[in-house]
Amino acid sequence: MELLAFGDTGWGDELFRATLMTIAVSITAMIIGFSFAAIFTPLKLSKYKSLNLVANIYTTVIRGVPELLVIYLFFFGGSAAIMYVASIFGYKEYIEINAFITGSFSIGIISGAYSTEVFRGAVKSIDKGQFEASKALGLVKPFYEIKIRWKKITIINFNFITPHFLKVLVPQMLRLAIPNLSNVWQITLKDTSLIMVTGLVEIMRQSYIAAGSTRDPLFFYSFAAVLYLLLTFFSMKLINKLEVKYSRGY
Amino acid sequence: MISSFPKLLSATVITLKLLSASLIIGLFVGLLFAILRLNKNIFINKFAYGYSYLFRGTPLLVQIFIIYYGLGNLIGNNEFLKSSLLWTVLKEPYWCAIIAFALNTGAYTSEILRSAFQTIKPGMIEAGKSLGITSKIIFYKIQIPIAIRQSLPAYGNEIILMLKGTSLASTVTLMDLTGVAKYIVSTTFKPIEVFIIAGSIYLFMTFVIHNLIKYLEKKYSFQ
Repeated sequence: MELLAFGDTGWGDELFRATLMTIAVSITAMIIGFSFAAIFTPLKLSKYKSLNLVANIYTTVIRGVPELLVIYLFFFGGSAAIMYVASIFGYKEYIEINAFITGSFSIGIISGAYSTEVFRGAVKSIDKGQFEASKALGLVKPFYEIKIRWKKITIINFNFITPHFLKVLVPQMLRLAIPNLSNVWQITLKDTSLIMVTGLVEIMRQSYIAAGSTRDPLFFYSFAAVLYLLLTFFSMKLINKLEVKYSRGY
Repeated sequence: MISSFPKLLSATVITLKLLSASLIIGLFVGLLFAILRLNKNIFINKFAYGYSYLFRGTPLLVQIFIIYYGLGNLIGNNEFLKSSLLWTVLKEPYWCAIIAFALNTGAYTSEILRSAFQTIKPGMIEAGKSLGITSKIIFYKIQIPIAIRQSLPAYGNEIILMLKGTSLASTVTLMDLTGVAKYIVSTTFKPIEVFIIAGSIYLFMTFVIHNLIKYLEKKYSFQ
């Protein structure tokens, strides 16, 4: 227990800060993942085959390649790519990207692939009659008529933001998606342990440092396992509450 | 860049060895704990649930580190344990990785098999009983084949997750596909090319496994 004391004599405060870092990285990664899902889910559901292909390549590649490899690619490859661009402008020094940014971005891309699949499944399982009913009630008129066009091709179309989308589709979709999103959250939370290879001080990295300096790896890695268990346990409790809230009509 | 390809391919063999060894051991561990989960004794039941909760709630990286660094340190510092068989196993990163992977995949497999056993309609077992088949044969000849068929899609996902999991073996000094890719990067300073080649090898393996499972699903379907 002395090893876990707060202050200079123990590792308590360091591990506490590391836990907060893990939570911060997981939440950032989840938000980045949702942004990716927001882009790729419409592509997956699109009627154009080429757009489907783009989204399918994204989800298949990310879900078929080890997370560690993705992190390595972004960590080593990201700085190499930026250094290459900088060298064109005559900057020859070594550039290292912030570990938090590369870490949460690479985990975010992975979590985005899983979220895309979840949202696609949720949208697909909503009955077609819902859309027809909305049409009959006149709910499919968009709020905004915004189209971004380039050479007669519509690139971004905001016409899907209709009362039907916001008030009919999204609430039903969330009810179906939340149980699966809680799985994605668990995967994301556990994947953050891999960011230790980038040197970001989260739970695993801090345990690694503590184990190295006290020569008691069994204690510190077991304690890290306990921390992860606590995180999954309490986040599951929270998500279950959310699940109850969104399914109260059923 | 092309010259790194043979090295990566030979490292793929280690990845495949790790994968097959941990899957075979994990299948037996999973089957054992699935049977324990279905036991009516509350202590046995809770023990099996605790095992699967522990291994599914913590990252695989922590499990490998506990076994390789944690247990290795504990046994290495103890004279009595050091002379035992445990040390000959645990001093090798290869075996540590396989033990960690097998226990991890065993936890997931036990959940898959448990839900498969629970979805078997009681009528099938009753039909067997009414024909006078002993409960042992009902288990081996009726319940297990149906459970295997039911759990094939989920188990296919688990195999792919495990394939991705084997990349963590590189963190305990094993030279698997990811480990060799990282080593080549550290000598050639060409991260993007090498990691993309390694990634496509992994992708090819997932593709093969995915299609194999699809074929098996079709072959063993009830229709």
